[in-house]
Amino acid sequence: MTIVYVPGDSAARSVGADQVAIEIASQANARGLDVQIVRNGSRGALFLEPLVEVLTSSGRIAFGPVSADEINSLFEADFLNGGDHVLALGKSDEIAWLAKQDRVTFARVGIIDPLSISDYESHGGLTGLRKALDMKSEDIVEQVTASGLRGRGGAGFPAGIKWRTVLNTVGEKKYICCNADEGDSGTFADRMVMEGDPFMLLEGMTIAGIAVGATEGVIYIRSEYPDAIEMMKKAIVLANEFGSLGENILGTERSFHVRIRVGGGSYVCGEETAMLESIEGKRGVVRSKPPLPAIEGLFGKPTVINNVLTLATVPAVMSGGADAYKARGVGRSVGTQVFQLGGNIARGGIVELAFGTTLGSLINDYGDGTFTGKSIRAVQIGGPLGAYLPASSFDVSMDYESLLAAGGMLGHGGLVLFDESVDMAIQAKFAMEFCALESCGKCTPCRIGSTRGAETITKIIDGQDIDGNKRLLLDLCEVMTDGSLCAMGGLTPLPVRSALLHFPEDFDSRIGATK
Amino acid sequence: MQFPAWSQERALDVIARTSGEPGPVLVTLQGIQEYFGYVPDGAVALIASACNVSRADVHGVLTFYHDLRTELPRKVQIKICVAEACQSMGARDVAESARKSVIDNLDVEISNAYCLGNCALAPAASVDGKLRGRVSVKSLVKEISQL
Repeated sequence: MTIVYVPGDSAARSVGADQVAIEIASQANARGLDVQIVRNGSRGALFLEPLVEVLTSSGRIAFGPVSADEINSLFEADFLNGGDHVLALGKSDEIAWLAKQDRVTFARVGIIDPLSISDYESHGGLTGLRKALDMKSEDIVEQVTASGLRGRGGAGFPAGIKWRTVLNTVGEKKYICCNADEGDSGTFADRMVMEGDPFMLLEGMTIAGIAVGATEGVIYIRSEYPDAIEMMKKAIVLANEFGSLGENILGTERSFHVRIRVGGGSYVCGEETAMLESIEGKRGVVRSKPPLPAIEGLFGKPTVINNVLTLATVPAVMSGGADAYKARGVGRSVGTQVFQLGGNIARGGIVELAFGTTLGSLINDYGDGTFTGKSIRAVQIGGPLGAYLPASSFDVSMDYESLLAAGGMLGHGGLVLFDESVDMAIQAKFAMEFCALESCGKCTPCRIGSTRGAETITKIIDGQDIDGNKRLLLDLCEVMTDGSLCAMGGLTPLPVRSALLHFPEDFDSRIGATK
Repeated sequence: MQFPAWSQERALDVIARTSGEPGPVLVTLQGIQEYFGYVPDGAVALIASACNVSRADVHGVLTFYHDLRTELPRKVQIKICVAEACQSMGARDVAESARKSVIDNLDVEISNAYCLGNCALAPAASVDGKLRGRVSVKSLVKEISQL
């Protein structure tokens, strides 16, 4: 019997992986060949999807991107025994794009069957949880703190300090909330973790629960991710059956339960306090801080809120040790960052590397430039609330502090590339329009400022009093930055200001224009 | 997608599944929409009563979330991502042209989405909840015609 891997990740399926799997099964059947198809996650080289792998005596051999039309020729070339074919990529582990990466969080994604606990365990899964079960709460928190792991959702707050606050806060009940409301355009790592290695996220949440004394966890997943929701639901059932979740975890006295809440299509619910409101079933209106969610969070109880990637990295921190994790990275940005290359890019996907690689390396060495083949004009880093940077800033080091110094922010690690055809005034206007559409409405700078901002940029685009309207726009940006309650209104000016700063020609040369 | 017609009895069954959970309003509205395809007028008071909140509270939640709707959806639901990553690959034009191409087809509803998590294979869309990558007006129109 030959094992053939065809990714079940929704991105791979979006370009025909299901048809490929069906065609391989049917042709193998017709040819009397014994083939078992495993729907793994995606390895993250999304430009190669659907990436079909065959397990041979010399390891996994990859072919891609495969379409259903090419299955016949693959069989003719004896691909089941690693036969040569125009789509052959050699050994999967030796594909340079993947081999050069430093996979920690994404170590298993694309390798294992996402819903096989035995696969998970044989690739190092549950090692971290087993260690944590033998440790005192205080020591787990200490190890996470010592690792330097910071929140991957965007704010970069040290995870250990947040956990310590919850541990030290008295409460009859405490919660672990996983923020899986990955709404930023250009980001898809949370989705790929949930679809490709769901037990890792559950393990990370369970360790967090043991560390701070919480027995309940909630994963808040956006409704735009139906496949991730289904995958996590199945994983929770399987983990409960296996005993790594639920009552008496792995035979110990500890218990931890996880349930899923699905979002309602609201971007602002990715903001942690709006998310809590939404989990409580209310309108996703941002809360004032203090009190911090760590003190008064979900249903008023002490709550750890971490992003998917943060929690998913915890098992590796526990099993590999704090020092091994801390050895990677630069300055206060330690460990690895899961960069996501998207937009107009030739080779998009997941690139996990230690902090400190350059923007240019990610875009040129991994991304291979634009998909359209035209020259690069801008890259937006960190989602809709992140800055647009020009090609001249490609030397910037990709870590929290350097990006901040360069006038940007790392956010959730998404990079969106634009070619020379982009109109930066239109992009700036979109930033304001998106804020107007998604503002929760609680604070005035965000609710009204975004609408006025879009109107003002429209006037600039129409060529009306460009200098005066630019001054007005910058003033408005200042009010929104300083006066908004949360990052929605507070950071919307970032893409607007960066577009004005780096691409002034797109705003200034519109005199008399009617576009 | 075909949905059952409004029935108070069925609605009460659906509401009872979640109304006892902590923070039940949003999840109960989602349950009603999953069952009936939308949130019928008559459901609001029933949810308010079952969840022990005011009708205004339920209305507030119903009108906050983009996903929740108060009218029956058309048979085919297309969402085209028009967020930045897809914009960089021409998604605005795809969305506009796709709307024009199916304007006479009353079975098809096209709405904007803001990120479907397929940013490396932009432009992205979803057809009845199934993710699609590298879409064009041609590929979408072809898929609609085959449904």
